[in-house]
Amino acid sequence: MSKIHVTTTVNGDEVEFLCDPRETVLDVLRDRLGMTGSKEGCGTGDCGACSITLDGRLVCSCLVLGAEAEGREIETVEGIATGEDLHPLQQKFIEYAALQCGICTPGILVATKALLEKNPDPTETEVRYWLAGNLCRCTGYDKIIRAVMDTAADMREAS
Amino acid sequence: MALDNMKTTGFTQVGTTPNRPDGLDKVTGRARFGADVTAPGMLHAVIVRSPHAHARIKRIDTSKAEALAGVKGIVTRADFATGLTGENWNILENVMASDTALYDGHAVAAVAATSALTARDAAKLVEVEYEILPHVTDVDKAMAPDAPVIRAGAADGSVPEGQHPNVVRYHESGHGDVQAGFDEADLVIEDHFTTEATHQGYIEPHACLGILGGDGKGELWCCTQGHWNVQKICAALLGLETANLRVTASEIGGGFGGKTAVFIEPVALALARKTNKPVKLVMPRADVFKATGPTASTSMDIKIGMKKDGTITAAQGVFRLQGGAFPGAPADMTAMCAFAPYALSNVHQVGYDVMSNRPKQAAYRAPGSPMAAFAVESVIDELCGQLGLDPIEVRLKNASKEGTKASYGPTFQRIGLVETLEAAKAHPHYSAPLKPGQGRGISCGFWFNHGGETAVSLALSEDGTAQLAVGTPDIGGSRASMALMAAEELGIPYENIRVTIADTATLGYNEVSHGSRVTYASGLATIEAARDAVKKLCGRAAAKWGIPEDAVKWENGCAVPSGPNAGDFDPLPMAEITANMGATGGPIVGHFEATPEGAGVSFATHIVDAEVDPETGKTSVVRYTVVQDAGKAIHPTYVEGQFQGGAAQGIGWALNEEYIYGDDGRLQNALFLDYRIPVASDLPMIDTVIIEVPNPGHPYGVRGVGETSICPPLAAIANAVSAAAAVRLRQLPMSPPRILEALEQKRDG
Amino acid sequence: MVEVNLWSGLRPLADGKDKVEVEAETVGEVLSGLVQAHPGLQDAIDAGVSVAVDGRVIASSLTEPVKPDSEVFLMQRLKGG
Ligand code: FES
Ligand code: FES
Repeated sequence: MSKIHVTTTVNGDEVEFLCDPRETVLDVLRDRLGMTGSKEGCGTGDCGACSITLDGRLVCSCLVLGAEAEGREIETVEGIATGEDLHPLQQKFIEYAALQCGICTPGILVATKALLEKNPDPTETEVRYWLAGNLCRCTGYDKIIRAVMDTAADMREAS
Repeated sequence: MALDNMKTTGFTQVGTTPNRPDGLDKVTGRARFGADVTAPGMLHAVIVRSPHAHARIKRIDTSKAEALAGVKGIVTRADFATGLTGENWNILENVMASDTALYDGHAVAAVAATSALTARDAAKLVEVEYEILPHVTDVDKAMAPDAPVIRAGAADGSVPEGQHPNVVRYHESGHGDVQAGFDEADLVIEDHFTTEATHQGYIEPHACLGILGGDGKGELWCCTQGHWNVQKICAALLGLETANLRVTASEIGGGFGGKTAVFIEPVALALARKTNKPVKLVMPRADVFKATGPTASTSMDIKIGMKKDGTITAAQGVFRLQGGAFPGAPADMTAMCAFAPYALSNVHQVGYDVMSNRPKQAAYRAPGSPMAAFAVESVIDELCGQLGLDPIEVRLKNASKEGTKASYGPTFQRIGLVETLEAAKAHPHYSAPLKPGQGRGISCGFWFNHGGETAVSLALSEDGTAQLAVGTPDIGGSRASMALMAAEELGIPYENIRVTIADTATLGYNEVSHGSRVTYASGLATIEAARDAVKKLCGRAAAKWGIPEDAVKWENGCAVPSGPNAGDFDPLPMAEITANMGATGGPIVGHFEATPEGAGVSFATHIVDAEVDPETGKTSVVRYTVVQDAGKAIHPTYVEGQFQGGAAQGIGWALNEEYIYGDDGRLQNALFLDYRIPVASDLPMIDTVIIEVPNPGHPYGVRGVGETSICPPLAAIANAVSAAAAVRLRQLPMSPPRILEALEQKRDG
Repeated sequence: MVEVNLWSGLRPLADGKDKVEVEAETVGEVLSGLVQAHPGLQDAIDAGVSVAVDGRVIASSLTEPVKPDSEVFLMQRLKGG
């Protein structure tokens, strides 16, 4: 099958790749662009480990075809920190032990960052429902929710 | 008997909660998990699996697949070692079927190709001709006289005469006279319980990358709870010499027992050998559900007698565990854990390990114990209810303590069950008012914990920092705990310790990370290795000062004279000793290689408030508190995390999770959408209370904490549901349809 | 002599006994002593056992000491998650 040429932007950088029409954005990120921060937990849109934003919208990258990335802007976990400086969410996740194994963490960080950009003052229930598509099997979510709520409060104070 | 070098107070670092050393890697996407590595010229592999529950493999034709462009090699059972026996044979049979597919999802062949898509296409072109055989997937049916035999001759000598050949192991233990005990009781309740198989549900699918040359030398990268075990098994299954296969553990995206087993690694290596190229194999999620370790499903009968004052007079249990198409379901553990929380004069327990046409069960957090606790603690709750007694008081009255003869035989050393019950009773949660429609349940839980073979090494650097190499993968922050213990002993800052998970070529054998052994055994080993390094440091200081070695002691990171008679010398900091260690005797490395025995058992008490919606049958957990004995919490935040994670998994097991098999013997819900684990919006915050009753078998008193937390939730929630809706569910999961059915039955009288 | 308690499932393999006396100073000698007294126990011991000595569960170490008055229980080998 002939490959498709795609030009897209990932974390601010323009990238080009050739992909099979059946490959997903997740496949492209991981296998063609060497960006393995986004994880594949299911490949069926059920776990959120592959969460990215596409033109600012939170999506499961395992459900988007690589070819659909043409001309779009992709943000992944690798783009959350600014150089050496961690995003407040990243800092708080470490501090609160909001990760145990850490496999869900990239997707959850991408998802919560998208949430806080939309809604800087979410209730606990809003955070829980926003993250309902991001499975974590290790933590029981308690420390994740606390880390998110506390980051939101800090960020509100700082702005 | 406590260790004579035990330390339980005066900690400066242990008990604090610093950031984990691998935190940055894990929040930036930099950490490398099983599927995150590549190698030059790497191929991708896909496994061909049986769609049948039980079928003879008559013919495998790979010619069409091989003809596809990009396909580089295909393996079947013929590509693995022959002549294996015992557990190695069982593992190989599970990794790649020989003449019979034993469950839906059983591997029959594997393809390696230049891309994952090509491998997937090729797998579809592999033609397998099957002769379908009768199957059985239910435990009670698998024991019935007319059940199809999964494999004749699989039973061992423990099984009494007259059992179906699918019963492959038998356990019986207890003491006293249960009949006499039941006669003494004012109330005896006997009930039947069942639980469904659940999956560990780690979010990272199994993944590996194997390289194996014609010279029999290989490298393997994989996500596992124990890479020495992977090394040993792969070597056996491929006919290699163990030392020729170096295995490196990747970061691991959850395991909970499910990654103690070996599934795909030998297949990747067999393909690598056949194609002479590195081969990467990543399991699709559906394969994870179909072919890796769910728990056993169970069918249990419990009978307990109680006096009006709450004294338990006798207890008896029969536990039947379905463990898939191989021996190994933890029927013995289930039986031994069942009544462990209680001091009983009369107790009897029987366990059956039963085979069926399902995937080989694998360990899942405290294997066997949660199911037993569900049944036993439900009956105790019923007894309390009918006799009008407080459930915590009754448990306190009967609680096992130091000196109690355990239900499984030996006498308990120092244990903390009473302390967890007292703390639960005193917790505001236990006395908080409930809203209409809500009910409160409590339950205790027990797990043994484990030590196991352990090797660590602690190499000091010239600048006074230290490199700790451990052999137990970091599943939930164990690097932080290890660094804290090393820092405590060396008296240097936590940040100055760099913890690495060593590969199999670097350290001696380390047993799989299971049985909550990491903080206990690797921790003990770390402490002992640090003490070994300290001894060497003191030796160097003694030589410098010209005084005997035993006249030097270690204090706050410095060598100091042990007393006024030892001489008057300024404290010598570690960095000053290590700065010129090359010239004073060579590198300083602390070691520990041994098999620590003495992992203390641990107990927990959970309190839960649940609300049942009578319209939909949906149960919501509205408040949850975990009280558990950790012995000593090294890094309390990660201990809390283990408590919370276990509770959440238990909630899933209680309310939603189950393997659903169709009449055709196929798994019907091999997908996270249909196998629904708890999501953030399903759960409340999970409150924790850490009890510290030191384990006499660890230098700081640590007990394993990773497993006990999954034992109480099943029963605690069943008890809460019973209190909320006045229906007793004896079948898990308590999914909405089952609750509705129970409510309807109650209405219809 | 050390008195070793067997789990009752083993009774048929030990001539109906659930307590067996063996000459032993270590866990290893307990196990070899048991097999000597009752060869039928060999398979069960090979399948994996732990030995509880005075309440301490010894999972694998054969060198752990055992005293004549120790409380000794044979248990099935623990497997964790
Ligand atoms: S991998 Fe995309 S949602 Fe699970
Ligand atoms: S930390 Fe392991 S899945 Fe979330």
